[in-house]
Amino acid sequence: MDDRTKKQDAPETQVGTTGHEWDGIRELNTPLPRWWLWLFYATIVWAVGYWIVYPSWPLLSSYSNGVLNWHSRAVVATDLAALQTARGPMMAKLAQASLQDIETTPELLDFARALGRRAFADNCAPCHGSGGGGAKGYPNLTDDDWLWGGTLAEISQTITHGARSGDDQGHQGSMPAFGRDGMLKRDDIVSVADYVRSLSGLSTTEGADLARGAKIFADNCAPCHGPQGKGSRSVGAPNLTDQIWLYGPDTKTIIDGVWNGHGGVMPAWGGKLDPVTIKALAVYVHTFGGGE
Amino acid sequence: MATSVSSSSSLWQKHSILERNSILLLLGILIVIAIGGLVEVVPLFYLKSTIETADGMRPYTPLELAGRNIYVSEGCYLCHSQMIRALRDEVERYGHYSLAAESEYDHPFQWGSKRNGPDLARVGGKYSDDWHRDHLNNPRAVVAGSIMPAYPWLFTTDLDYTHIAEDMKVQALLGVPYNDEMIANAIADLRTQATADAPDADALARRYPKSQARDFAGTPNRVTQADALIAYLQMLGTLVDFKLYDDKANIR
Repeated sequence: MDDRTKKQDAPETQVGTTGHEWDGIRELNTPLPRWWLWLFYATIVWAVGYWIVYPSWPLLSSYSNGVLNWHSRAVVATDLAALQTARGPMMAKLAQASLQDIETTPELLDFARALGRRAFADNCAPCHGSGGGGAKGYPNLTDDDWLWGGTLAEISQTITHGARSGDDQGHQGSMPAFGRDGMLKRDDIVSVADYVRSLSGLSTTEGADLARGAKIFADNCAPCHGPQGKGSRSVGAPNLTDQIWLYGPDTKTIIDGVWNGHGGVMPAWGGKLDPVTIKALAVYVHTFGGGE
Repeated sequence: MATSVSSSSSLWQKHSILERNSILLLLGILIVIAIGGLVEVVPLFYLKSTIETADGMRPYTPLELAGRNIYVSEGCYLCHSQMIRALRDEVERYGHYSLAAESEYDHPFQWGSKRNGPDLARVGGKYSDDWHRDHLNNPRAVVAGSIMPAYPWLFTTDLDYTHIAEDMKVQALLGVPYNDEMIANAIADLRTQATADAPDADALARRYPKSQARDFAGTPNRVTQADALIAYLQMLGTLVDFKLYDDKANIR
């Protein structure tokens, strides 16, 4: 029998060894710290308590329900109900009041704008920008230029049913692809692009035949954009004379738009947001500064 | 050997048998982990309350399935979750919490575990196709502070859908109810859905209710990777109608 099988005290530490020795190295048999060990036992006891209180063990046809009868889906339903109760009185007032009344009652207006700000950030800001300033192809909501109308009722209608959204009551009508679909020739489109720039006083290409552009405009564009290019809200045709551009004023962008057409989609939010939130959004957008 | 530590024969001392025999220790570890795993996994296959169905769920169309493959291959799941948890603030922001049934045809599921970007479980129909084009081409063009990478090649790379029928067969092996008709028409259905005015859109809608068919990526006469990805994004979370779903009957 050699040293390996003998338990020895290591004189330096006062702790016994395991009896292992290899090449003169011995292994101390240091016990786990007591605090750690008791914490470990405590977690085991805690787990047993957890089994009793919460749903845990699978059984043959069900699972152990726990004495608290706790269910995550019931909790979220309760939380949402509590939220509705907390907001309740103001939400009820908002649901009752007309859009005009909301704007003229400071208390309701504050609440609607707070609710609208949050809903706008979650749902509208990705396209229209966090301040409603818009982006190329996504209308600026802070100015007084409206494609489909800027009254409270019109804004609410646009939010609820959208534009070209597939919703039957949504706004319809889009800019045809005059070039791609063969309605206008390439040089016709170049001429009309120059004429469109001239409508808002922008410079035109040297030697552009504006009279020819005007004729093409009258024949093709005026039915929607109006004889003076002032636009039409019934079909969402933008005003071309106000120097406000949805896609941009440079000749290339205009030619591209006439060639390929446009038809930006505003989703219908009626099925996604509740009516009170849509009211709050309409008021919020209306009070950006451009509301009519 | 057993005599070495102590002559005491308490239960704790018996532990030294495990500590001194690596094979026994390995077996012990395997048994303990197997119990933990079986208790968590096995009941999911037989407990009624863990097996959920929801009206409206259908397998992915071939184009959506191809888009889902792009979603996986581009690693979208690394930054986007598809799991609205049953927590008040998540329901307030993203809509109804995700149901297990909503990922029943996902192999593998795309719940994700990280949200550098927002949850996408109900992104379908939330934004226009135009927005998805602009956003995938250059996220900063529409969301100023976005940290998402740009994916412009999706619009210039044609979708390789030659093997989509085989892909569906594998999904069918995993339990997705693709029938022979769906698999036989896979490529035709895929082309139909990616085209604005398809002649046989009715057949597609009959096989896959609520499917949307149009030129998703604005790339006429071509089926690009972006067509597939946007088709997939635009259907996420749109299949179950939560006006009809009975929350109270499904408390768990």
